[in-house]
Amino acid sequence: MSGVPLAAYLALGLFMFMTGVVGVVIRRSPIVIFMCIELMLNAVNLTFLAFARYQFSPMVAGNSFKEGQSAMAGQMMVIFVMAVAAAEVAVGLGIIMAIFRLRDNIDIDEMNLLKG
Amino acid sequence: MLNLFAAAAAPKMAGFAITGELLFFAALAGLAMLSAVGVVAFNNAVRSALCLVLNFFVLAGIYFTLNAEMMGITQVVVYTGAIMVLFLFVIMLLNLSAPALLQDKNDPKTAVGMTLGMVMFTLVALQVLPGLMSKTEPGAVDGYGSPVNVGRALFTGFVIPFEAVSILLLIGIVGSILLAKRRF
Repeated sequence: MSGVPLAAYLALGLFMFMTGVVGVVIRRSPIVIFMCIELMLNAVNLTFLAFARYQFSPMVAGNSFKEGQSAMAGQMMVIFVMAVAAAEVAVGLGIIMAIFRLRDNIDIDEMNLLKG
Repeated sequence: MLNLFAAAAAPKMAGFAITGELLFFAALAGLAMLSAVGVVAFNNAVRSALCLVLNFFVLAGIYFTLNAEMMGITQVVVYTGAIMVLFLFVIMLLNLSAPALLQDKNDPKTAVGMTLGMVMFTLVALQVLPGLMSKTEPGAVDGYGSPVNVGRALFTGFVIPFEAVSILLLIGIVGSILLAKRRF
């Protein structure tokens, strides 16, 4: 018995995701933009876990192999998202450090070398 | 088992009783929303990072309320322990906390971004949430988030994605070392 509806978790996840989107659009510091991307990834993780808990077709973890697998799929996705986020942060911060070594500019709007 | 099926097949109409769980969730969710807004709103990068740390801690608490204990622990260890330390380290290294450098100029991007966010929030919420309002009973069995079950699933059914992620992490390590070593 839980008094919290699934929609509450989803609304919180949606709010956090949209905050991240707005942050990526309006902020200029690349570090803060990276943090907003982390915020979005966490919002997605929250949504995955909410759906994993409020499963629509209940499955027992040890029931049969296939059913047990699909019962755990949400948490597995969260683990993989966390691993990808860790790799992304390591490489992304490396790129930011390299850019900062090249030029002392921190305004991301002026990094437009790839503009056609 | 049959009970769970019945509960899932015939969702009750939502009668939102104010329970202790709901209040606890509301407190956590409010804190999470405030800290998420703080990440975007603060001009100082260190304050943004600290808001993000708070947000990740609160999220770990929410994962615990979802009975996903293993994920809550992993959230604290990986996000607040590793990723945010890396963020703060880079912020300190680059001396980004100087507020003068971070003043966002006034431009239409802010208004456009806020409008975009609100419109997208409203659209997605209107599409997704009404159909799920009646879903209040968790369908997962107890202990679905325990380390035993997570580990068993990770090393049996999901072992190939697990190995793929380990290769990805290895490539990430090598790539970041290369980026740090290269002379530009």
